[in-house]
Amino acid sequence: MQTPPRLDLSGITKRFPGVLANDQVSFAVQPGEIHALLGENGAGKSTLVKMIYGIMQPDAGVIRWNGAPITIANPKAARKLGIGMVFQHFSLFEAMTVLENIALGMDAKIPARDLEAKIVAVMQQYGLKLEPHRIVSTLSVGERQRIEIVRALLLNPNLLIMDEPTSVLTPQEVEQLFVVLRQLAAEGCSILYISHKLHEIKALCDTATILRGGKLVDTCDPAVETSRSMAEKMIGGSLKDIQRGEGRALGKPKLIVQGLSVPKDGPFGVALKDIGFSVKAGEIFGIAGVAGNGQNALLLALSGEVAAQNAEAIYVDTTCVGALSAKQRRLAGMASVPEERNGHAAVPDFSLSDNAILTARDRMGMVSGGMVNARTAKTYAGEVITAFSVKATGPAAMADSLSGGNLQKFIMGREIMQKPQVLVVSQPTWGVDAGAAAAIHQALVDLAATGSAIVVISQDLDELLSLCDTLAVINEGRLSNPMPVAGANIEEIGLLMGGIHGETQTPELSHAS
Amino acid sequence: MSPEFAIASIVTIIGLTTPILLAGLGELITEKSGVLNLGVEGMMLMGAICGFAATAATFNPWLGVIGAAAGGALSSMLFAVLVLQLNSNQVATGLALSIFGTGLSSLIGQSFTGRIVPQFGSIFPDILAKDPIWKLLFGYSPLVYFALIMVPLTAWFLKSTRAGLILRAVGENDHSAHSIGYSVIGVRYAAIAFGGALAGIGGAYFSMVITPMWAEKMTAGRGWIALALVVFAGWRTGRLLVGAYFFGFLMWLELFAKANGFGDSLPILQEIPSQFWAAMPYVMTIVALTLISSRGNVGASAPACLGKPFLPST
Repeated sequence: MQTPPRLDLSGITKRFPGVLANDQVSFAVQPGEIHALLGENGAGKSTLVKMIYGIMQPDAGVIRWNGAPITIANPKAARKLGIGMVFQHFSLFEAMTVLENIALGMDAKIPARDLEAKIVAVMQQYGLKLEPHRIVSTLSVGERQRIEIVRALLLNPNLLIMDEPTSVLTPQEVEQLFVVLRQLAAEGCSILYISHKLHEIKALCDTATILRGGKLVDTCDPAVETSRSMAEKMIGGSLKDIQRGEGRALGKPKLIVQGLSVPKDGPFGVALKDIGFSVKAGEIFGIAGVAGNGQNALLLALSGEVAAQNAEAIYVDTTCVGALSAKQRRLAGMASVPEERNGHAAVPDFSLSDNAILTARDRMGMVSGGMVNARTAKTYAGEVITAFSVKATGPAAMADSLSGGNLQKFIMGREIMQKPQVLVVSQPTWGVDAGAAAAIHQALVDLAATGSAIVVISQDLDELLSLCDTLAVINEGRLSNPMPVAGANIEEIGLLMGGIHGETQTPELSHAS
Repeated sequence: MSPEFAIASIVTIIGLTTPILLAGLGELITEKSGVLNLGVEGMMLMGAICGFAATAATFNPWLGVIGAAAGGALSSMLFAVLVLQLNSNQVATGLALSIFGTGLSSLIGQSFTGRIVPQFGSIFPDILAKDPIWKLLFGYSPLVYFALIMVPLTAWFLKSTRAGLILRAVGENDHSAHSIGYSVIGVRYAAIAFGGALAGIGGAYFSMVITPMWAEKMTAGRGWIALALVVFAGWRTGRLLVGAYFFGFLMWLELFAKANGFGDSLPILQEIPSQFWAAMPYVMTIVALTLISSRGNVGASAPACLGKPFLPST
């Protein structure tokens, strides 16, 4: 090729105390190429792009831009070169307007009116819809991502870095995003696309670079590879499928929810409206939906942190638990795992054994006569660590000393080993690496096989489709009719997830806040 | 109520208001950047003694004001290094600054006790400044006008300038501001220094305008009222001005009740202990907070990162 690559990394190394985050990573991105950066959590993708975007400096190695070696001192220098970045966690300012948010991302001082005109022009060029004067906190996740994209596009980027852009989007929003990205690439902009969703990479990317444990494993053509072969390169071993027992029969309904309504808590909360579903013994029931549609409220209502308005709304077997507290519901056989690991499911500054006491004290006999039996707790925590292969120094390890995946395995294990009749989990594999995710999925399937009813609330549709027997979609606090996963229509699920947040929404309606 | 009394009351209220208005504006900027500095009382006292000392040394009250601003800003830098560089707890460090500033100002002030320094002359011609009626508009210390000019300037800075936008962004979401490439720590240093300087000038109002003398703890807890004022104002500049005068009025009521001013004409009001009026600014702050949260008013809520240390993810 005559022209030098747009971006050429050679021998990039970055060391943190105790960890080698990137070890001699070398690859190149050509002009107009959509280049995937693949790897598990902790593989070093984020560190690598932070160095390309100037947030961190490499300890060793050379970055070449259009053939010339350069040092990218800070994000401002990166933007000056024409490097734009769309972060996984949006760097948005909730209480400010779309326009102010975009202005903050611009280095040139542009008067607000000129900036607005530019924004409108970019949005028209790429078919992005956004109202400049709305406050960000009133926008959907997809709209927020559009702010980031517009912000990056206003710089006329030569290289756009997208960090896991689709993890929070509906399938339709993903399609729209891909149209924009393909248009950009056709105009000559290179795109570095970070993801672990392999079918997206096959659909979108020209080249894929795979990282594992900070090292470059392979640079390959995703069109030639299969999803499975790329996944195995990512985890460095063969992928385990979920093992389901043969001839599983579902029992009688274990968890019955009917007419569950909860008013919203605070200005940004979501009210639950007349939720109803039932989960049979041995069934895994999935609840899909875009973030912020009532998933949190639903988990709190099911776990007992928020009591139902109507005590009859929730039954476990024949016991009415709607008015019971979380502790009483646990005694009735209903356990739950919230989305947030640190600070909600576990106390970060407590040892694993103390964290075990928090939810397992009654069911596992850790408390008698008001006194904590520390030995029982320690034994139980040790059993969980062994059974779920949690990487920890032992029951005395502090919860926040564990990696996200290991803490999640411990928390899931803590609940599952209590053999609950009903288990409600939210985002069981959020931010967890593929190996730990597979272990968690298998543990859920095994629990269901013993006759428990399981509810999985997740934004990851792929996870729900591979794990669940039945699926329903939550949108704006309402739950759709359940549908069997076998033969589910992705298109229809996507439309349900979009709800009125989708593109059919009229601009007038969206001003209502 | 005689016209003389009404004029005297208004002059008193303006005098009571100016220090908390200045300190409140400074704290507003500090808090908008996401830093809660509870050391306002200490910074005001440091400003009061440094302003007094600078005036005593130079016989020039204008240089005294610069000394006051420097004294307040320098003491705020102590806080800034602790919370920004060493990530110490902002609440504890701010309280420590209040105690430290009270003590240090007393120590520095020992050699100044009993001395008298030259005061500001009026900036308007005497025919206006000394006129029994026109002095209502023209008869104040330059610091009063300075405080009033700072209100629209602060509002304009926050709303319309790029620097103000960045300051608000840092207070709203420090990690995002950092990832875009703004210096969170740098912005916060500047905001804390500005807050310290204005608190210092506010404190100097006591030692250079109200009385041209130094006395220990002469700010008498007004730093805490300035803190309450920022909350009462819902972190908005315009409301801060209204709130400052409202609080000034409440403080005037306290003095008035203490002086038995309601006396025979309003015996019912005289029955109320003066401490009731002294407590009112805090009570009103709680009422305002309750109203803000019950209405779910986004614009009137605290900056999202207020009080949280910024730990960049390396």
